[in-house]
Amino acid sequence: MLKFILNDKLVEADQSSGATVLDFIRYNKRMVGTKIGCREGDCGACTILVGNFENGKLVYRSMTSCLMPLGNTVGKHIVSVEGINCDQLSPVQQSLVDTNGTQCGFCTIGFVMSLTGFVLNESSKQYKDAIAAIDGNICRCTGYKSIERAAEILAQKMNDKPNQDTLSWLVDHNFIPAYFLQIKERLTQLRETIIASEKKENTIADKMMLAGGTDLIVQKALKVKKTSVYHLFDVNYLQEIKLEEGLCHIGAAVTVTAFAESKLIQGFFPGLEQYIKLISSTPIRNMATMAGNLVNASPIGDMSIFFLALDSDIVLNNKGVSRTIKLNEFYKGYKQIDKAADEIIEKIIFSPPQKNSFNFEKVSKRTHLDIASVNSACNMQLNGDGVIDTFHLSAGGVAPFPKYLVNTCTYLKGKKISVEVLKEAIDIINQEVSPISDARGTAAYKRLLLRQLFLAHFKNETETVKQLIGI
Amino acid sequence: MHKIKNIKRVSSPPLGDLGGSVGNIDAAYHVTGKSIYVDDIPVMEGLLFVKVFDSPIAHGKIKSIDFSAAEKMEGIIKIFSYKNIPGENQIGGIIQDEPLLADHEVHFRGQPILLIAAESEDAAEEAFEKIRIKIESLPIITDPRIAFADGNLLSPSRKFNIGNVKNAFENCTYIYNGTAESGGQEQLYLETQGAYAYPTEHNSVKIVSSTQGPTQVQRTVAKVLGIGMNNVEVDVPRLGGGFGGKEDQASAWGAFAALVAWTLKRPAKCIPHRMEDMRMTGKRNPYSSDYKIGLDEGYNIIAYEATFYQNGGAAADLSPAILERTLFHATNSYRIPNVFVTAHSCKTNLPPNTAFRGFGGPQGMFVIEAAIDHAAKALGLEPDYLQRKNMIDNGDEFPYGQIIKECQSKNCWDDAIETFDVAAAKKEVEQFNDQNQLYKKGLSLMPVSFGISFTNTMMNQARALVHVYTDGTVGVSTGAVEMGQGVNSKMLQVAAKTFGISPDKIKLETTNTTRVANTSPTAASSTADLNGKALLDACNQIKERLFAFIKLELTDLQEASIEIKEEVIYINEEASVFNWKNLIQQAFIKRINLSAKGHYATPIINFDKTIEKGHPFAYHVYGTALTITTVDCLRGTYEIDAVKVVHDFGSSMNRSVDLGQCEGGIVQGIGWVTMEEIIYNEEGKLLSNALSTYKIPDIYAVPKVLDVKFLNTDGNDLAIFKSKAVGEPPLMYGIGAYFAIRNAVLAFNSKAVVPYSAPITPEKVLMGLYSNNGN
Repeated sequence: MLKFILNDKLVEADQSSGATVLDFIRYNKRMVGTKIGCREGDCGACTILVGNFENGKLVYRSMTSCLMPLGNTVGKHIVSVEGINCDQLSPVQQSLVDTNGTQCGFCTIGFVMSLTGFVLNESSKQYKDAIAAIDGNICRCTGYKSIERAAEILAQKMNDKPNQDTLSWLVDHNFIPAYFLQIKERLTQLRETIIASEKKENTIADKMMLAGGTDLIVQKALKVKKTSVYHLFDVNYLQEIKLEEGLCHIGAAVTVTAFAESKLIQGFFPGLEQYIKLISSTPIRNMATMAGNLVNASPIGDMSIFFLALDSDIVLNNKGVSRTIKLNEFYKGYKQIDKAADEIIEKIIFSPPQKNSFNFEKVSKRTHLDIASVNSACNMQLNGDGVIDTFHLSAGGVAPFPKYLVNTCTYLKGKKISVEVLKEAIDIINQEVSPISDARGTAAYKRLLLRQLFLAHFKNETETVKQLIGI
Repeated sequence: MHKIKNIKRVSSPPLGDLGGSVGNIDAAYHVTGKSIYVDDIPVMEGLLFVKVFDSPIAHGKIKSIDFSAAEKMEGIIKIFSYKNIPGENQIGGIIQDEPLLADHEVHFRGQPILLIAAESEDAAEEAFEKIRIKIESLPIITDPRIAFADGNLLSPSRKFNIGNVKNAFENCTYIYNGTAESGGQEQLYLETQGAYAYPTEHNSVKIVSSTQGPTQVQRTVAKVLGIGMNNVEVDVPRLGGGFGGKEDQASAWGAFAALVAWTLKRPAKCIPHRMEDMRMTGKRNPYSSDYKIGLDEGYNIIAYEATFYQNGGAAADLSPAILERTLFHATNSYRIPNVFVTAHSCKTNLPPNTAFRGFGGPQGMFVIEAAIDHAAKALGLEPDYLQRKNMIDNGDEFPYGQIIKECQSKNCWDDAIETFDVAAAKKEVEQFNDQNQLYKKGLSLMPVSFGISFTNTMMNQARALVHVYTDGTVGVSTGAVEMGQGVNSKMLQVAAKTFGISPDKIKLETTNTTRVANTSPTAASSTADLNGKALLDACNQIKERLFAFIKLELTDLQEASIEIKEEVIYINEEASVFNWKNLIQQAFIKRINLSAKGHYATPIINFDKTIEKGHPFAYHVYGTALTITTVDCLRGTYEIDAVKVVHDFGSSMNRSVDLGQCEGGIVQGIGWVTMEEIIYNEEGKLLSNALSTYKIPDIYAVPKVLDVKFLNTDGNDLAIFKSKAVGEPPLMYGIGAYFAIRNAVLAFNSKAVVPYSAPITPEKVLMGLYSNNGN
């Protein structure tokens, strides 16, 4: 039995834990406000809110229900549009009505849920936060301008939102129904019964391992639904972010959002907010995990590229036996990784980069909510004489797997940056990569783009870069 | 759980002034998730799910197909092939060239071959995997020019001609020719195609369909099942977007569901997964075109010749009509005395391409804009100089013979130049480009003139059915399909204004073939005009009967003037004893007919295809867009800084709906020429087959500034309440983004080679930036 609260009702679901929340709420509970747009997390029409405890606090996050397995709902508050409808339109709903922010209406519920997620977040109050909240919602009718106007109205209303006791304020102002105020207590009680009733006979053997679901459910939803699933998403010890003996430890089930919101991580990566904005969308980042991106082994995995340039180690565990390997040795070929079937990644470990030494670049057909044509990360440190001390460079979309450009790194170490040196480095890069033509671009384009992104890493060498691109 | 009480309509009564912000009457239901789409309808017991087994090969002969194992699986009720079609295996609309289910040959990848009727979607998916098919491959053609060279045409080629191009070119001082290409575009309605069907009495079937063309679904199902159209009822509550993709191509999905429901006497639902929808359905036709443009010494364009190779896909679908509209808009907003344009609809092994907002117009306009840009660049002139100099005006003649009246082309253009201070904008761009090396800006102007009417004159007719109930409430049915464009809001306004009653008393019914028959599809931007005028007729009939009744009751007032204002009946401008409610009750007692059917057929219009001349359009819609973009010259990415438009709405009856159509259309047009790239490989396999590989604009991709200025014009009597059609024309402003980006690339590298090829993806930008300069 999977126990959770759906809107204001306790639910005990006996469906497969790999079935999607979307199908459950639409077809088992017949709450049809949530729409099916693409079933791959790319349109946001099925966005729901998920209430869960983070450091003892009840926090609501938007997620795409098409990719969320039922197993990840246990002990949480799942909210569909039916669960936020009040007697009158909420200010979120009213703002979209007033600005004519809805035309055919099919994507609208997703926007309503994402914007409700924005108002539920006690720290987000600004217009840009409202827009960021709907970065995973696609609308084909409006051209978004009317939705921007709705976001402006909402952001203005957020001026009065208190940082404490936000829920009460939101209830008082008709953003959410009153039952939200009891959810924290109800969830706490529910969790006690879950812990009491659940014997941990959870073994990995012969099960499909699943974390956020943002890739596996896109690729093989039916298989996930029909197989016995081992859920990693809510495993506490895999969710830690910590600094130990000068090294950063990132748990395998840390979501991209948790990573981005970590003060520790923000301290190491001044440009983090910009990088993360280029990676998928808010609801997907709320679900997608670090290790998921690594084991997926997609040649353009953004987090893989990110961690490769940090020269990261990963710790794997097989029935209690753990081993540590270099991330760049993890990838063996297209979708081939150095991992046994029952083995899980536990964490990623890296040495924090020095200030302003790290950079992440990504170009895709659409700048946001898209998969890279080419992405690249670089961690570069110069010594006092301008000689390159440390150089780690990774690139995606140019090889069968996320590529650590070892020869280029070796060449650049100990060199002083100059036009000739970078020219030579570009030649080496070109020998190291083997892009193919596909929907994300031709091989020739990807080579040129990689050169450009490589040069973009040299932010302080504008004149050298200009010479290299011929201006 | 939480019942919504008192859902507030956006609009409260004051509808006398139709220029107000009435908004969208569905909005409150949309935002609460209460609007009902096909998949939301409570289904009946015994529902079957219908899944299509489609061709994995783009062209070939079916040697064998074995579904015996699949059919024996648990949960599989029956697998249908073409042999199980009781009527005709034919769904072609304009030309009868497309089977519902492939018989002996397949002509595109994604062509439906079998239907799996299953008790669950999962069972259907598992059965799909068990089907074995052997296909002997035949040569695959995806390029329209190759198809043309091989003589593979879907319909006869068309030519429009005015003046004498041959002679004119001899008199030209400057002549330029080249090639321009525009890509396909996936409609990407957020709600996929779909239908839900169930058997009804007397050998009949009812289909709830997500279609822009209820009658087309009805006609197709009747033919496929071999029954009368009166045995097929099609009901359309609303669409989660259409954009042309559900004008003709909804019919197959309706027929799939109907075939299963009617044969097995069980309810059946057929709703494809997004990826199935994308690989099986057609898109905007890609075009490859040649142009030749000639100017005299004074830079007057005196000759234009173009040949359009339309990629039609494997069946005609609507391509012949789309081809025609390309020719109608081949000269966009320009007065060119000598024009000879030819269009070929080429048969390729791709899914049959189909309607998409603009319907061939954008493809034609892109080519003339490319030609003018080419000429301007070669002559060292700014394109807008040539654009304005050669702009149409009253009394000019389009190449198809229609004389231009009430032209707003120059008015819009000049207004835009002034309102948006284009001179200052140009200076700013220039200064920015002088000061920045790694970022460059580009600017363009894009005029649009778009003809309103179905170019097939027969289709310009509509009907509406109005019932006034005894409590004074009103039910309105028309042939218009609500798909987000706000047509129901406009229909409600027509009824409310005509009757002088509160919109709260009026309900817009679903679009249903048994209430309003023989409808034209909701398309061609004409739906509000045609159905609005029909509705006006119906309302007026009832009103006349009511007024006659009043005069009969109060016999001394034969010559009185009567009107209804805010539900009070005024006689000779004085409030009478009658209000709407008691008038209706008394009229009913006196057995007055409180229902009416209205009919409308657009006057004036005609077109003679044998000479390709006539007056095909009720009127034109005009406008001009200014676009400014910034290109990141290191990464090849770009942003649209601003799109500023002056648009001729006529006398807008619903400004917020019209503004929404304008903004949405512009962003869709920008998508078409920038990031939306349809990619098929040589085997005819769609590579951009999901939302992860086919990108439409997201909220960060839209112009930072999007201003729309309503040009106040008198409108046109053939437009409903003089409020001009607005669905399609704004899309073509998006073309301006292509030229603005291209200009920014040229600002970085004046020798850049940037073919006139849309979409101008970040790939084309980067390759352009670094072309022809040794780096």
